[in-house]
Amino acid sequence: MAVIEYIEAIRLAMKEEMERDGSVFVLGEDVGKKGGVFGTTKGLYQQFGEERAIDTPLAESAIAGVAIGAAMVGMRPVAEMQYSDFMFPATNQIISEAAKIRYRSNNDWDCPIVIRAPIGGGIFGGLYHSQCPESVFFGTPGLKIVAPATAYDAKGLLKAAIRDPDPVLFFENKKCYRLISDEVPDEDYIVPIGKANVMREGSDITVIGYSMPLHFAMQAAEELARDEGVEAHILDLRTIQPLDREAILEAAAKTGKVLIIHEDNKTGGVGAEVAAMIAEELLYDLDAPIRRLCGPDIPAMAINPPGEKHFLLNKEKVKSAMLELARY
Amino acid sequence: MKQSGSVQQTSRHARLGLSDERVVEMYRMMQLARKYDERGQLLKLAGKVNFHISGITQEPSQVAMAFAMDTTTDWFLPYYRDYGFVLSVGMTVKDLMLALFAKEEDPNSAGRQMPGHFGSKRLRIVTGSSPVTTQVPHATGIALAAKMRGEKSVSIVSFGDGSSNQGDFHEGCNFAGVHKLPVIFVCQNNQYAISVPLSKQTRGNIYERAIGYGFPGIRVDGNDPLEVYRVVKEARERAIAGEGPTLVEIISYRVTGHSTTDNDLDYRTKEEVEPFKQNDPIDGFRNYLVEAGLWSDEQETKLLAEFRAIIDEATQYAERAPFQPAEDSERYVFADSSEVKS
Repeated sequence: MAVIEYIEAIRLAMKEEMERDGSVFVLGEDVGKKGGVFGTTKGLYQQFGEERAIDTPLAESAIAGVAIGAAMVGMRPVAEMQYSDFMFPATNQIISEAAKIRYRSNNDWDCPIVIRAPIGGGIFGGLYHSQCPESVFFGTPGLKIVAPATAYDAKGLLKAAIRDPDPVLFFENKKCYRLISDEVPDEDYIVPIGKANVMREGSDITVIGYSMPLHFAMQAAEELARDEGVEAHILDLRTIQPLDREAILEAAAKTGKVLIIHEDNKTGGVGAEVAAMIAEELLYDLDAPIRRLCGPDIPAMAINPPGEKHFLLNKEKVKSAMLELARY
Repeated sequence: MKQSGSVQQTSRHARLGLSDERVVEMYRMMQLARKYDERGQLLKLAGKVNFHISGITQEPSQVAMAFAMDTTTDWFLPYYRDYGFVLSVGMTVKDLMLALFAKEEDPNSAGRQMPGHFGSKRLRIVTGSSPVTTQVPHATGIALAAKMRGEKSVSIVSFGDGSSNQGDFHEGCNFAGVHKLPVIFVCQNNQYAISVPLSKQTRGNIYERAIGYGFPGIRVDGNDPLEVYRVVKEARERAIAGEGPTLVEIISYRVTGHSTTDNDLDYRTKEEVEPFKQNDPIDGFRNYLVEAGLWSDEQETKLLAEFRAIIDEATQYAERAPFQPAEDSERYVFADSSEVKS
């Protein structure tokens, strides 16, 4: 067991899967010789050669479309979108093709691709290097969507995604790359897609979220326990499609007070579905209205520091929302 | 001319390596596609089916391109008018009829998709959709897989002239050019994208775009199926030899509306269409066979009777076949969990 960075966990998952299965390969802009603009694919080109760590032309629809074609005839491509902000040209390939290939052929064909894309802000990336596009793809049946918050989950979920028989969007948080490190086993393991994880046990309030903002909730929870005697129960969705309904209802029922957090903007976000799920089944068990703390409904975050700070969640914002809910 | 033995005039098809049997089989496929297509139109007019889309006059070139390929190793990515193409690589009239009636036994999609959306893994026909040109990068990806695995396999993808303006055309061609992939891009230029004529689709020549991707682009007359066969066969040989992709532009003319929901006289005249109807390439190919001594009026009569029976039987069968039960419409969003590769 070693403590490794989130980005290293992603890199190792690809490296190990490429060693395990000759049909696995990576493709994308700058993923070869350079090893990715963030360094996520570092060493793969050197170890596996240019045929399995493919530097593609700068054309996202082809990156997705070529991966889909290869996957349909038995390969296991891992396509990288350099920033999730740039994956929209590939949206037709993802939504009209990858998501529907099994369904439209009545199970004759399948499309086992993984599309990795960095999400999230906090790196002064401005409008187009900071977005969280989950809600664009969320609600498209046929797509699985994962968004890990820890190195352990990043490695285990990416391995599960590569082995999955259906298309998986792997949203990795670029702020987590070097900021988040945790213990990752040396031996092979997967984190099953579709299973949420209780990050912290508590009895006063429930926080449900995914990706980077959960770390703010964890820090806030420690301070609230110490200073206010409030014990937060924290659920990491890990997979945002399909949502782990059972785990969500169980976590909500545990405290009767639910705060949902994510960096993607509030309207039409994953949190809306989580809230609806709880409202449909548990409304009378709740002790407070369901709360959401999310990015504001503006097109994207600004590069200027006050604008970026305003958009992003942080420990203080999450803590104050948690305390307010605890006191309701 | 001094040659020992008798001087024998070799026919065009023989010079291309096509036996008499093969060239007759090509004719059969063209005529079968035509007769199926005509029945599809009638069934729509009669209100028996909800939709039909035609490939009339494009069949000879579709059959020719299929005959230039190897059905045991290659991959086929047809577009929605490609009846001649899919029949030539093994789909049956019964399969097409089941799709037309949207019945469960339809091998393309179990009656989920509109007719003309082909797919059959067994026949190496790759499942397609309605947003046009998405299949072009797929063909490139399939060719990439063939190259990575060292397989002697070529993918061939067709699309219309309208499609040549989509980004996926450019992105798929460019990627294939960079990696010298074994793929043949076939633009079936029938002069219309629904109502918009070629002159409003592009100023240049589609086949010439290949220059920009660094591989050959060839324009060929769709009314000359033997020439289409030659061009596609050579493209396949180049692909197998590791010389990369080819763009083939087949010139034809769409004599029907875009589909059964389109009234083409809203945007063009009968006078424009009529000469193309008169110059039917199936007639041209039949005349070729007759002149080569390979076909007769008797054989024609017999063939049409045979096809009529096949199509009648397929129509009856498909009409009576059950739909996929509504509850099964929720199946196959994802793999059944038992299929998960661990």
